[in-house]
Amino acid sequence: MKRRHFVVSLLLPFGVRAQGFRSPADPAKWIAEITGGSAPEKTGIEIEMPQIAENGNAVPLHIRVASPMTSGDHVKAIHVFAERNPRPRVATFHLGPDAGRADVTTRVRLGGTQDVTVLAELSGGRWLVAAQNVLVTTGACLDEGSL
Amino acid sequence: MIDGRLRVPEAVRAGEPFEVRVLILHPMENGFRHDAGGREIPMHIVNRVACTYGGHEVFSVDLGTGVSANPYLVFFVRAAQSGELKVEWVDDTGERGSASANVNVA
Repeated sequence: MKRRHFVVSLLLPFGVRAQGFRSPADPAKWIAEITGGSAPEKTGIEIEMPQIAENGNAVPLHIRVASPMTSGDHVKAIHVFAERNPRPRVATFHLGPDAGRADVTTRVRLGGTQDVTVLAELSGGRWLVAAQNVLVTTGACLDEGSL
Repeated sequence: MIDGRLRVPEAVRAGEPFEVRVLILHPMENGFRHDAGGREIPMHIVNRVACTYGGHEVFSVDLGTGVSANPYLVFFVRAAQSGELKVEWVDDTGERGSASANVNVA
């Protein structure tokens, strides 16, 4: 590796090398792609995430959607989007009435300070959305030694 | 064979959601990192996890590179009667793993 490449790789957060500084992906566009244009309601989703994450490699994420989870009224899917990640689609959870509770937890990578957007698809064609800002002091990074 | 762990409660009540915890041992390489020699480390991630109860799918996840190494998942399942809960996962090379547990419904 050339010395300047090495220096660049140290300086820049992940994903930016080939593309210059990334502007965040647009959550509105992503939402429209998934919902097919219907506007989600800004209610019913609780995102539990630290406001400040020292390490972007593993940020706890807990999502709860208010739903009775019956066969007639339940959450079908929960989508997670991180606008400043090089691949913003983090995960999609598929649920149904047999889950009993629309409550999921995982750990995610965040490339930097950003809004994490959660979109829930309900049976009956309704959509819910919520977002939370997370300040990331050390982003999930390119190089070895960062994990 | 991708190793992993599964935890369910010892006994659950019929119709009451119970917590399922899964930990999968996998590097979740995002494809953006380089090794000490400057070579790109190719993307290598678990991209799907599915949970069945009594042979019937009740929950699944599609994962991307934004999920941390050693994916940890907590979710809920509701059961009317005792049965086998099985969680299966597969990565982008087609390698698989699974774990199962018997759930006693009281």
